[in-house]
Amino acid sequence: MIGTQIRKHVVTATVNGNQVDFLCEPRQSLLEVLRDVLGLTGAKEGCNNGNCGACNVLLDGVLVNSCLVLAVEVDGCRVDTVEGLAQGSTLHPLQQKFLEHAALQCGICTPGFLMAAKALLDRNPDPTEAEVRYWLAGNLCRCTGYDKIVRAVLDAADAGEASSVA
Amino acid sequence: MQPFEYSRVDTIEQASALLQQAQGRARILAGGTDLLVALRERRMTTDLVIDVKSISELTALHYDAETGLHIGAATPCWRIYGDPQVSTLFPGLVDAVRQIGGVQIHGRASLGGNLCNASPAADSIPALIVHGTQAEIGGPAERRMVPVEQFCTGPGRTVLKPEELLVALHLPPPPVHSSGAYVRFTPRNEMDISVVGVAAWVQLDDAGSHFVSGRVALAAVAPTPLPVPEVESCLAGQQVSDGTFVKAAVVAQEAARPITDMRGTADYRREIVGVLVRRALEMAVERARRGAK
Repeated sequence: MIGTQIRKHVVTATVNGNQVDFLCEPRQSLLEVLRDVLGLTGAKEGCNNGNCGACNVLLDGVLVNSCLVLAVEVDGCRVDTVEGLAQGSTLHPLQQKFLEHAALQCGICTPGFLMAAKALLDRNPDPTEAEVRYWLAGNLCRCTGYDKIVRAVLDAADAGEASSVA
Repeated sequence: MQPFEYSRVDTIEQASALLQQAQGRARILAGGTDLLVALRERRMTTDLVIDVKSISELTALHYDAETGLHIGAATPCWRIYGDPQVSTLFPGLVDAVRQIGGVQIHGRASLGGNLCNASPAADSIPALIVHGTQAEIGGPAERRMVPVEQFCTGPGRTVLKPEELLVALHLPPPPVHSSGAYVRFTPRNEMDISVVGVAAWVQLDDAGSHFVSGRVALAAVAPTPLPVPEVESCLAGQQVSDGTFVKAAVVAQEAARPITDMRGTADYRREIVGVLVRRALEMAVERARRGAK
């Protein structure tokens, strides 16, 4: 079978709230299709084997490494990427806190951290520092030493709590 | 990644028929966290990937006080530890499932995949073994059940025939005053592969002072996950005491057959087996006494 033409599949998914159709080969990862077919280059290819988290997106609300999902698997699913976080020119509270705390340097890991942090706060709006650190263990950053990232996520959680009380 | 065909199937019969047609040139896809890495690194090749996540039986997760816990083979980790009933009744399994990679991996990786991948260091397999889990296998013939301790036959090898697939895992309902635990040693707290892993399961008497029975199984110290049946006779009827824990630890150390590799030497692993068996038993006893089953 190898060497012969592999049939492409038509996939329909909801990406950042918009319905999109695309053609892909079965061997193409969701990450590859997001970046190269749909032009959504926020998710990054770091390790391409599920260790670094730079390609994190939400698939039906669940945090996944998009390098370890085949694009054909997302037919009928909802995909949320970092491009969907900001509302127009208004940053998402997590993005704002990452800026305020300087929780990034080179920025390659940032989209993955933002999506992972969003997944955490969606299910646990008031995490402890230990919970944040364990949750983010699957996201690697070689610049910051993590501390500023953890502070930013905790601060975003506090701000979220405050706004939900108010 | 090499080219391959993809097929999403709705029934076990369809999956099995495709496996038969492919004559060994097909792979089952559940979470894909091992399969896609192996294909990308060319450690494995295939002509066809069969996605089984649309087979409802393979993603079912339910508990019944009579029949126990049914975990569909493709059920992702996060659904298992996210189920309050499973967490209460099978804390030892939940300990292990939580340690399979980070949250991004939990979103996809399945318990069935962890078993079929048959790594000697797999975290969930010792926990399944001490819970007396049966693996339900489907194929062209009748369903068959295999105890999990007999499922893996070597590193990456299982009892599955080329036309068969794992359907579900069945854990019997836990008896009163019983509980389990899984502990492992890794240089890093998260996102690491076990140097040694130990699962323990105990049942205590009404007073909580003596073992009715107990089981231990080990990870990363043999070519397959290793049950230690000698521990059962060593615990049954004995008083819960440091002396009993030490005896069980020594028996497990004698049963371990570790190798030396980049994660640790054989001697070091054997030493750690002793430490972790005691810790896992202590944790299981504490939980059983608390009434957490």
